Amino acid sequence: MIAPTQAPMVTTPWTITRIEKETEDTFTLDLKASEVEASPYRFEPGQFNMLYVFGVGEAPISISGDPAKPKRLRHTTRIVGTVTRAMGALRKGESIGIRGPYGSSWPLEQAKGKDVIIVSGGIGLAPLRPALHKLLAHRQQYRRIILLYGARTPEDILYNKHLEKWRARFDVEVYITVDRATRNWRGNVGVVTPLVKRAPFHRDNAIAMICGPEIMMRYAVQELRTRGLQAEDIYVSIERNMKCAIGHCGHCQYGPAFTCKDGPVFRYDKIEHLFNLVEI
Amino acid sequence: MRNNSGGVIQRADIGQLLSVLTEKGYITIGPTLRDNTIVYDEIESVQDLPIGWTDIQAPGSYRLIKRDDEALFAYNTAPQSWKRYLNPPRIRLWKAQRTEGGGFTVDPEDYAPSKYAFIGVRACELKAILIQDKVFLGGYKDPCYQSRREGAFIVAVNCTQANETCFCASMNSGPKAESDYDLALTEIIDEQRHEFVVECGSERGEEILKELQHRPVEAEDSQRVDERIQETISQMGRSMDTHRLQSLLASQPNHPRWEEVAERCLSCANCTMACPTCFCSTVEDVTDLTGDHAERWRQWDSCFTMDFTYISGGHVRSSVMSRYRQWMTHKLSTWHDQFGVSGCVGCGRCITWCPVGIDITEEVAAFQNSHSQKTTNSVEK
Repeated sequence: MIAPTQAPMVTTPWTITRIEKETEDTFTLDLKASEVEASPYRFEPGQFNMLYVFGVGEAPISISGDPAKPKRLRHTTRIVGTVTRAMGALRKGESIGIRGPYGSSWPLEQAKGKDVIIVSGGIGLAPLRPALHKLLAHRQQYRRIILLYGARTPEDILYNKHLEKWRARFDVEVYITVDRATRNWRGNVGVVTPLVKRAPFHRDNAIAMICGPEIMMRYAVQELRTRGLQAEDIYVSIERNMKCAIGHCGHCQYGPAFTCKDGPVFRYDKIEHLFNLVEI
Repeated sequence: MRNNSGGVIQRADIGQLLSVLTEKGYITIGPTLRDNTIVYDEIESVQDLPIGWTDIQAPGSYRLIKRDDEALFAYNTAPQSWKRYLNPPRIRLWKAQRTEGGGFTVDPEDYAPSKYAFIGVRACELKAILIQDKVFLGGYKDPCYQSRREGAFIVAVNCTQANETCFCASMNSGPKAESDYDLALTEIIDEQRHEFVVECGSERGEEILKELQHRPVEAEDSQRVDERIQETISQMGRSMDTHRLQSLLASQPNHPRWEEVAERCLSCANCTMACPTCFCSTVEDVTDLTGDHAERWRQWDSCFTMDFTYISGGHVRSSVMSRYRQWMTHKLSTWHDQFGVSGCVGCGRCITWCPVGIDITEEVAAFQNSHSQKTTNSVEK
């Protein structure tokens, strides 16, 4: 967590250096700090920034780049509303306001010496990519690394280049599935959660990190628990409405937690009592 | 706390208090009559105070009536609370200006320190201010709140009567202000006298008292204060049993009572606007016609609105049931987890200003009764 600053709601402009269209409705922006004072920026995998589009508004977006290269700030966004639509219309050289990083991070320390299972759905792979970067940068510190990823269709698969690279490695196991196949798809069809059954991890020495739609996360937790994983070895990333990211606006409350500062990454046993409730 | 220092001021000299504070550079904010209610606004003299008026409050009802004396503070809580001044309903956070080549610069709002003197802060309201301190100064500091809070001079007024909707005694937040004020007044009116027993709570308070005409506090004065406080406690129309309430509400998300109260709740957000501790806000981005100048504003928001929980998948809390559950569970249960205190001070505003008269003490009692019934049943089995 960064130190409380004098004006925590004030955004800092960063410049867009690269735009990559990932799928029909998602894109990745690379940003570099426009001002010198913004350069000591660093983040932990799983954290997010508040991204401001000039005159339009602000949205919480997870950081999807490599934590070892924090000066090139990377965010993958899906166009779902006014702010993300305006963000998608920006061009290279234009600016975006950044506040952050905020929130909790994936338990990469606790995962040392353990099997790591990553379960992700759709855009949920974005906040997990920094974790994968870090896991692979320190590959010898972890046992098995397993990535389960589900997308709606083959066209909706994010980070093709990275997935291909990871899949080619002998020390990472990557399972990909799509809800609906297209003509050229030769891979698995179906939701991501049944893949948990296939994942070869040791239930007494493993840690799971999940990010995706809430319904998918519920089933993923169920499968992992069936496989014998303890509640305290499962971590999930929760999405809630956020206006401030500093615990002042009240929007992101999730039971006793403020998702912006106590989350977005929660240890499952801490929120188990809320996880299956609707409208909480 | 400096209970030993104090004095007694006559009713005729109370105007001095306002003028001394004004001379010291304070903007005096206090109760005044407007729109058939008592509101907190800038006051210049005693004439601005609600002289001889009192309020009659009940669930969904608020009436002002004339008393047969010239009391200055013989009312309980106004619909507004001091959060209006410490955390204003709408503030600008910053301005931004587009620059050549697609960039922009940001100009943060400068919150010059305000010097407010709040006249007539009730014990429950003082507690509410301390609770909002935890929200806005406990972690990340809100610069606007900080600039207004640090300079504020607090003249507390102890309640010498209670309304039907009051329950501060059971919430341990009144009716007497115990600390964190500069001056605390107790208005004493009987056949012989109309005067104010003043207690100093700070050095600043002592300095102000020195400049006012006053006599020392005698034992009878303190006794009169105690009697009135006791009387106020006995008049309190409501109470809330907070024993194990935090865990009780946290364990009842599926209780049928939530649906029952939701049938009456209009989700109008009145309770959250009137509540002195509710702090939620939203932001608004505006641009001028050229599109080159943008501003970001923050304004009060309420967990009772539909948009409050909107995320890409839809509204998290779309039913009124879930929104009422969120509000009351937050106020009385998860507030403890977040800030170590209850979010309720027992001022009764949410009861009075609810258009359908939903009563938070009644709702709490309903949960407690059904819980104790269950416990009894299981013992019988």
